[in-house]
Amino acid sequence: MSYQIPKFRHPDLPLNELGYTRAAYEGSISTLCAGCGHDSISGAIVRACHELSLEPHKIAKLSGIGCSSKTPTYFLGKSHGFNSVHGRMPSVVTGAAMANRDLLYLGVSGDGDTASIGMGQFAHVIRRNLNMVYIVMNNGCYGLTKGQDSATADEGSASKKGDANPFSAIDLCATALQMGATFIARSFSGDKEQLVPLIKAAMSHRGFALIDVISPCVTFNNTAASTKSYEFVREHAEATGTVDFVPMRQEITTSYRPGARHEVTMHDGSVLRLYEEEGSLNPFDRRSAMMALMDHQNDGNILTGLIYMNKNSRDLHDVLQTSQRPLNQLEEGELCPGNKMLVNINASLR
Amino acid sequence: MKRLQSVNDFVIKFANVNGTGSASANNLFAKALFRMGLPVSPKNIFPSNIQGLPTWYEVRVSEKGYLGRRGGVDIILSVNPQSMPQDIREIEPGGYFIYDDTKPLDLRLVRNDINIIGLPLTRICNEVYKDPRQRQLFKNVIYVGALAALLDMDFKVLTNLVSDQFKGKEKLVLPNIKALELGHRYAKDNFECPIGIRVKSVDKVGDKILLDGNTALGLGAIYGGATVAAWYPITPSTSVVDAFEKYARRVRIDPGTGRRNYAIVQAEDELSAIGMVIGASWNGARAFTATSGPGLSLMSEFLGLAYFAEIPTVLFDVQRAGPSTGMPTRTQQSDVLAAAYASHGDTKHVLLFPSSPKECFDFGAQSFDLAERLQTPIIMLTDLDLGMNDNMSDPLVWDDSREYDRGKVLSAEDLEGMESFGRYLDSDGDAICYRTYPGSHPTKGAYFTRGSSRDEQAVYTEKGEEYERNMLRLLQKWDTIKEYVPRPEILPCGKPTDMAVLYFGTSEASALEAVDYLAEEGVALDAMRVRAFPFNREVEEFLDQHERVFVIEQNRDAQLRTLLMAEFELGPDKLKSVLCFDGTPISARNIRKQIKEHLPGNNVTPLHRKIRANKGVGERA
Repeated sequence: MSYQIPKFRHPDLPLNELGYTRAAYEGSISTLCAGCGHDSISGAIVRACHELSLEPHKIAKLSGIGCSSKTPTYFLGKSHGFNSVHGRMPSVVTGAAMANRDLLYLGVSGDGDTASIGMGQFAHVIRRNLNMVYIVMNNGCYGLTKGQDSATADEGSASKKGDANPFSAIDLCATALQMGATFIARSFSGDKEQLVPLIKAAMSHRGFALIDVISPCVTFNNTAASTKSYEFVREHAEATGTVDFVPMRQEITTSYRPGARHEVTMHDGSVLRLYEEEGSLNPFDRRSAMMALMDHQNDGNILTGLIYMNKNSRDLHDVLQTSQRPLNQLEEGELCPGNKMLVNINASLR
Repeated sequence: MKRLQSVNDFVIKFANVNGTGSASANNLFAKALFRMGLPVSPKNIFPSNIQGLPTWYEVRVSEKGYLGRRGGVDIILSVNPQSMPQDIREIEPGGYFIYDDTKPLDLRLVRNDINIIGLPLTRICNEVYKDPRQRQLFKNVIYVGALAALLDMDFKVLTNLVSDQFKGKEKLVLPNIKALELGHRYAKDNFECPIGIRVKSVDKVGDKILLDGNTALGLGAIYGGATVAAWYPITPSTSVVDAFEKYARRVRIDPGTGRRNYAIVQAEDELSAIGMVIGASWNGARAFTATSGPGLSLMSEFLGLAYFAEIPTVLFDVQRAGPSTGMPTRTQQSDVLAAAYASHGDTKHVLLFPSSPKECFDFGAQSFDLAERLQTPIIMLTDLDLGMNDNMSDPLVWDDSREYDRGKVLSAEDLEGMESFGRYLDSDGDAICYRTYPGSHPTKGAYFTRGSSRDEQAVYTEKGEEYERNMLRLLQKWDTIKEYVPRPEILPCGKPTDMAVLYFGTSEASALEAVDYLAEEGVALDAMRVRAFPFNREVEEFLDQHERVFVIEQNRDAQLRTLLMAEFELGPDKLKSVLCFDGTPISARNIRKQIKEHLPGNNVTPLHRKIRANKGVGERA
């Protein structure tokens, strides 16, 4: 671990369309444990934002409390950040998104923050289909308080303490399917090739996009008996297929593999190409996705990749019919009806 | 037998069953008196239930303009056999009991010191109406017609009011007028009208309006420029958001696109509601939530975040009787301490105490200016009595030349010219720092908002001296806040005195009436209505000027008094408590009685000592 980010960057680092190198999307040095899966996810976020040529200041990153929720400090240093209270990030994002629909909202949470203390807000932000990306850095344990089992720990899985977890696990992807999420993916912090395109697709999705990323805790839950260790996940992850994400502006220049089974044009014009195996699942069918999740769970495997997507998603702003102009940009003249209306109201109250 | 005699000065109480449509008929009665130029204060006393339980509607009529609860009842209009025994007991000697005598009165209930008047309401309805729903609804209108005769109300005012109320539904006008006439005629034919208590038209209301505080508050949020409302349904605050929505649909739909210049989100709970308000405010929209006691408790953690991270937050708390679920449909002023010091750690919050619908409107709008200027939660403490009852009020006024105070926010242009930006840097010396909205500038002004300790650049720190400096700045900001919050209203009695009353919110009307009563008895009291916390300098001076101050409030534990003692380090002898916490608004007679117990030379044991001694509450007015 180092305590300072070196300022030096290789002069030939690739620039994106905005002329930024990846450094423009980085944050402060991480203070997490060396080898923490969360740092890889931060790296994937940096790469996805850079490759999508997003303007850093048009992204708002929000989190709850826990190791995972510390990470927004470690990426997107030019974006506003909000480290809120434990389990309540979804409500803060909801308010923020109501105020300004033009920013990209990236919520980062952990398994304790989401599946335990924040389960209620998680369920309801999904129901509302808020336009946001919700990344769970899922390690099956409470890192900051030294390794207690979390609600996503599999039954029978044992962390460093050694006791097998006696409770059934909450599967966040299955929960999200039930709650009506319109974009659901699962990935592994150790598989950037899968994770980066999924983050990009999630960022282009209009509506609630969940990515449940298994992210091993090297200090407390990377044991031989844990189902969230690097080794176990590497051995048991089964991808739904592979994903290519082609931002609209790059389509012409990007080479891509032939043979995609599905091409999805996102609402911003970019294209998602899915190369899933014949018969694995139909990612546009909620029942098929649920079946695939349960089948893999039965077999003791972890299904990764894009699990479900609704191509015709309507987000909360669509439902509430809010103004296209962000509410925080409306002027006093548009908001205040003036004294004349009060004169009429007073008259009706006499 | 004694018959109470009075003109334009009485208390009438309607005893109904909830869910029977009595509310609109009772309203009609009160509004008609108001239109006759009489100050009225109607109060609903209703159960936490939708249908079938007893509900009361008490109307005080006072030509002198006393709008608080007086105490005692002169006339009961009873159509609910369920509550009849207690209703009859409540009547003042010489008062009137008017009831539906289709079924004869239980002889055991008869009192010889009151006047009993029977109206065959059910029989008339059964004769005239076929439809059961009509029988029920018009029964209420018929008794209003009868009261018009018994009290000598201007019948024309009633019929005009009916026409106004059913504007757009004209076919309802005539049947309602007919029902009024049925009752009116029966009373005229069978009783000597008017009875001893009567009304006559005067002009004592001027340009005043009759409005509930929650509607005024919802309107205040519209005028204050709120665009985001996040809430969870809870009595008695629900109608705040209802009113906001009603007027937003009227004035906040973009004429070009038909889209809404507001967003209302019904949250899954109050934690989420306040989280949404904080998120929206952080992002530069004016946002609010409305709740009541249990919701305030749930919001505590987030209030600490908003205090510490300095995020404008507007919360309207319409108080009800606690603790816990308490009496959800009864009034109290018992969230004062929970609101003032909400959340763990060292926190203090700005409180506003409105006492009228006009002030609900004014403070409602002003809350957003204060929140953004002071970058901290603003908690308005209104209550069920003010929020859900029609209160006579000065008309609502908006100064069109007024401009919103959006506080210290740096624009992209401001940032462009700046070398560096520190979110928690006190560059003006008033302990209020500059903030930026997300997305303002490509490279400057971004910062990390957090509930954990940070330095002036908003960078996480665990250095004790940085933490302490920040906490001291927040304390310094507390002093700045005193200059911004509404000043108290001070009413000197005009005579030399070292005694005073101090009150807030809905205790005002009864307190002032009690001060008048006591003045007649030779007890001179100055009066001050506190309108905000932190207490401004004027509050401190007023306390310094008086030896003994009676603090009137509607809770058990003397919460405002506790706050005054804590903030000014006062001893317990200076401030004497006058309390009411039975869920009904405090009455003038009750205040008078309690003050007299505390007067020098009156060796009465203070209430709290009496409770300790007797292990129970002593006899109360």
